[in-house]
Formats: sequence, structure tokens, C-alpha cells
Amino acid sequence: MSALDELYQQVIIEHNRKPRNFRVIENATYVAEGFNPICGDHFHIYIVVGDDGCIEDVAFDGKGCAISKASASMMTQALIGKSEIEARQLFAEFNSLAKGDLDPDKDDNTLGKLAVFSGIWKFPARVKCAVLAWHTATSALDEVDIVSTE
Amino acid sequence: MSTTIEQMNRVSFDADRIRADFPAATRTVHDGRRLVYLDNAATTLKPRVVVDALAEHMLLGASNVHRGLHYLSERATEAYEAARDSVCDFIHAAAREEIVFTNGTTAAINLVAHSFGSLLGEGDEIVVSQMEHHSNIVPWQLLCERRGCVLRVAPIDKNGELILDAYRDMLSDRTRLVSMVYVSNSLGTVNPIEEIIAGAHAVGAKVLVDAAQAVATRAIDVQALDCDFLAFSAHKLFGPTGVGVLYGKQVHLEAMPPFLGGGDMIASVRFEKTEYNRLPYKFEAGTGNIGGVIALKPAIDYVSAIGFDAIQAHEQDLLTYATDVLRGHEGLRLIGTAREKAAIVSFLVGEVHAHDVGSILDQEGVAIRAGHHCTQPVMEFFEVPATARASFSIYNTREDVDALSLAVRKVEELFE
Ligand SMILES: Cc1ncc(COP(=O)(O)O)c(C=O)c1O
Repeated sequence: MSALDELYQQVIIEHNRKPRNFRVIENATYVAEGFNPICGDHFHIYIVVGDDGCIEDVAFDGKGCAISKASASMMTQALIGKSEIEARQLFAEFNSLAKGDLDPDKDDNTLGKLAVFSGIWKFPARVKCAVLAWHTATSALDEVDIVSTE
Repeated sequence: MSTTIEQMNRVSFDADRIRADFPAATRTVHDGRRLVYLDNAATTLKPRVVVDALAEHMLLGASNVHRGLHYLSERATEAYEAARDSVCDFIHAAAREEIVFTNGTTAAINLVAHSFGSLLGEGDEIVVSQMEHHSNIVPWQLLCERRGCVLRVAPIDKNGELILDAYRDMLSDRTRLVSMVYVSNSLGTVNPIEEIIAGAHAVGAKVLVDAAQAVATRAIDVQALDCDFLAFSAHKLFGPTGVGVLYGKQVHLEAMPPFLGGGDMIASVRFEKTEYNRLPYKFEAGTGNIGGVIALKPAIDYVSAIGFDAIQAHEQDLLTYATDVLRGHEGLRLIGTAREKAAIVSFLVGEVHAHDVGSILDQEGVAIRAGHHCTQPVMEFFEVPATARASFSIYNTREDVDALSLAVRKVEELFE
């Protein structure tokens, strides 16, 4: 696979074209805003936590490049049904993956489909695109309203 | 060096010959791809003569200027002051006292904002345009906060041209300074700088010209322009980073207080009273980028030997060709379609984000800039978060435009 095909895998292109959970949730338990002033990427992440402490619904809206948008879209799918602890575990794993510190084929992980981002560390300028939604979601859980990568 | 270029230039503009003087222009990237360097508005590549001058100073000269009485210090001072004379001739300043070395355009603008700015007060107005680089916005905002001045912004139209009438309407007897870009780094627009200056002078305002992008593309004559200040960076003129020039009319520089205090800018220091040094040293506190200044001279010699008539003809050919070729891509949108432009082309490929375009082009060996280009108000005006920008220079060719076009095709295929 060429480096380029590795960066823009079909799954990523497809999520960019048709982002999942791309909507606003009124009355979400947590909302946070994330932006990257260098690229102009800008998202809101909405998280609804149920009475059992599990994440019932996650959505995002805003603007970004294909990498940041696909990453946000896939994140929303991955988070639904997770407990807060499981969600934080996933954030940590995704961060390590994006930095090239975690090899999804060798190291224990719960990343599943998110492993398509395993080549991103070869594009240092794009790592921040991939992690934007994740940082934003973490800060939502931490109840920090605005987060900026870069 | 200069003779070969002069001879060559008499025959025709030979970008391949020029390319041979720039080692980076013939290198490969990403395992063997030919580098197509189209990020010249960010910084130009450096010819060997510039790097040699820098290296020679570092390896054999490495002395401070205006201080030592020894051989090396005298040689360094000579070379440093020769660079000043060279800049003086290059921009046709009336006197070498009007040439202040700074560490870049940004530093030069900040110098004026602090020093000239300290003479301004409550309600005094400063006019910039909507297409300014952040370095020609933020120093004025800070000044306005410090001194209660008012910043006014002359608007642009959908082609990225300054709306001259609106600019003129903005001028009044409250206007103290107009600070405007000559050539826009994100749109390529060449502003009608003579008219801008004439308008400002008619109301008694001074004018600072941000010539960061202009300096490598056109001959500049500060006396013919009659601008009060002009700023540029060496690194966009094939010179080193960390060196810039502030030109200021002597009468203004004399009237302005020093900006930074320290060594070199003083005549005598006593705790009761310090006397400042004469111009231009009053504005050159501390040890500057000596090697960088020295290496600016061969950069100026290099472009002067080619000549701006030849450079402009070459770059206008590339601009026209690139504009035509990119217009041939369905769904591609050009941002910045002014009637008079430098060889800078900002564009969007369909709905694809500029950073995706940048990454894909990079993998094809084509280096462009993707982002807001430090001109967020321009992005806001065109309602885009970012653009892809290809900017051309003397070593670029039509083949480079073709490579750009092929790489854009890749983007279109990938995002279909
Ligand atoms: C129009 C314009 N003004 C100012 C600057 C700032 O130059 P420097 O970063 O060298 O200080 C730039 C460089 O990007 C520019 O293009």
C-alpha cells in the first residue's frame, strides 16, 4: 500500500463523505467545542450518558478535513454503549495509535475498526487532525468547554 | 556568478540554469520523487552563493560588528555595512541611514508600531486592508490597546482587490498611518500602491508598505513610491531567515524614539542620561544576525543580475499558464482573481479540505502551502477555512505547473 493509500483508506474516505452521527443533540449531558486554529477545523461533540452510566448517544457537527471528520465519525460509533471508563481507555489507545506507540496487530487493544488510523503517525502534520475529536470528547467528559489542538 | 547569469539572460530566461544554482530545487523527496517546490510565498529556496557567504562568515569570520579592533571584526563590519549599501541601492533609498536591519518583516512592522506608534494618541487612526498578513494587523491592534488609537480596515471585493473608493472614504485628518501590503501572500493581488500612498499623503498620513511578497517579484524604488516606511524579509528574497529590513525616511526615523534599548544603539550611557547612537544604529540594539545580513548581499546580487524585467515576464507566464491549467479542472475554485497578480494561486478542489489537498500533493512531490496563510480575515471574507496555495519563483517551469495539475487530478480521483 502506498503511504497515500494508507492515509486515505476507503473507510476514511467513506466516513468523510457520509459522516455518521453528524447532528446536534439538544440537552446532551456533555458538550465541548474543539478547534484547530492552524487548519480551521472546528467541531462540537455531544455526549449523552444514561442512568446506568453508559454512553447512550454521541454526535458531532462542524467542519474539518477528511481525516478529522472520519475520525470524529468513527469515534461516535465506537463510543455508544461504552462506560465512561471504557471510553477513556479507548481515548488513551487511540492517542497511542495516532502517535505510533501502539501497534494494533501486536498490542492488546479495544480499537476494532479504528485501527485504520494506524498509518497516521507517518504524517506528523496530520496527527492533530486525527486526534481533534478525541481530545474534544475527553474534555467534554472532563467538563472543559473548549479545547484546541496546536 | 553574476556574469554567467547576465550572459544567459541576454539569450532568454533559463529556469533550468537557475535551478542548478539552488541545490534544494534539484533534490528529491519521498524516496525519489522530484521536488516541485511551489511554496515560495512562504520562503524561497537559497542559491549556493548565499549559503556560501553565510558559511564563510560562520567558519572564517564569526566576529561581532562595530566593536572589535581586530582583523576579523573589521572584515565582518565591512561586509555587514556593504550589505546595507546593497539594500540601499536595491530599493533606491536616498541614504544608507534609512536602512535598518531587523529580524524580519514582522519585526520591522513591530518596530514602527512601537516607535512611531508611541507618537500617536487617543482617536488617531491607522488604516490597513482586509487582505493583510497577521503581522500587519496584530501590532496595530496592540498599539490601539496601548494608546487608544483606532484601527480601520479597507475592504476588498470578491476578486480580492482593494476597493479603492472605500479606502479613500476612510481617510481623514485623523488618519496618521496607512499600513498596507504591496502584494498579498494569500490572494496574489498586487495593490495599486502608488494610489494608496497618494491618498494617504493627501490627508497628511504616513504610509508603511509591507513588501514581504513584493521584494522578489518587482523592482522597488522607495523614492519613486514616496512611501514613508517599507518592510521586507530576506528569506523571501533567496536570503537567510531571521533577517529583515525596515526602510524609513530619515526625517521620520530621526523623530522616532528607539524601540529596543541595549548595546550598539547608544552613543554614551550614564545613569543620569543616555545618548542614542545615530541612524540607523539607533534602531539596531544588540548583536543582530550578522551572518544573515552578510548573506543578504549575494541574494540581492543574484536577483539583480537576472533583472526584474526577466523575472516578471517569467513569473507572469507561469501565472497565466497555471491559472489556465487549474481553471481546466472542473470544480476547482480560484480564490483571488485580481486583474493584477503576482505568481501566487490560491485554490480549493471541490469540497476537499485544503489540508487533504496539501498532504496528497506532498506525496506526489509537490510542495504547496495549505491553511489560512496568516490571513484569517481573507479566509473569513471568502467563507473558507483554508486554501491550497501554489506560489512560483524563478526556478519554476511550466513542467512544475503540469506536475501540480497531475497531483490535483490525484486529489480528484481519491475524493471522486
Ligand atoms: C505579506 C506578508 N507580510 C508579512 C509577512 C511576515 O514575514 P516574516 O514572517 O518573515 O516576518 C509575510 C510572510 O509570510 C507576508 O507574506
